[in-house]
Amino acid sequence: MILCKVVGSIVSTIKHSSFANMKILIVRPVSPDGTLKSGSMVAVDTVGAGEGNTVLVASEGRAAMEILGFSTRQPLRSVIVGIVDRIDPGGGRV
Amino acid sequence: MKLGRITGKVWATVKDKKLDGVTLYVMQPVDEQDTPLGPELVAVDTIGSREGDLVFWVGGAEATFAFPQRQIPSDVTIVGLVDRLDLQQLPSS
Repeated sequence: MILCKVVGSIVSTIKHSSFANMKILIVRPVSPDGTLKSGSMVAVDTVGAGEGNTVLVASEGRAAMEILGFSTRQPLRSVIVGIVDRIDPGGGRV
Repeated sequence: MKLGRITGKVWATVKDKKLDGVTLYVMQPVDEQDTPLGPELVAVDTIGSREGDLVFWVGGAEATFAFPQRQIPSDVTIVGLVDRLDLQQLPSS
């Protein structure tokens, strides 16, 4: 999974059926200190994330299928699977 | 998935049979500000999009799963048309 920040949302009427009734958000990868990185992604929200939230994004089709409850493979891979409350820096070994 | 802007149409008469009947577009991956990201790609369209449209697309193995009865030999497939982007004002990085 990667850390991202929610920067916007997409309104889409015409889309593949696997996206029906999904909340589709735009996320930007961020470093653990919150610095935005280049490149944005489109991800389906499953946890009620909102704009400005730091989130966990899983980008793998089989994971998406499991999380969204599809019984067959779908053309969908990026899913927001968690909202980050806090990241503790450090963890270096002494 | 990522955003992309359709910039052209590709015509290819000779191609794999499994690509028969699909529309191929030249698509420029973009970010939410419409800034180009990386090289232009050729994408399979599944939603009836048109040149100039802002779309979202899926890459990798998932790009082959757009149709229920057949897998298509694609690694970039357009899966949604963007009607509107609602963006939060964030400080630029």
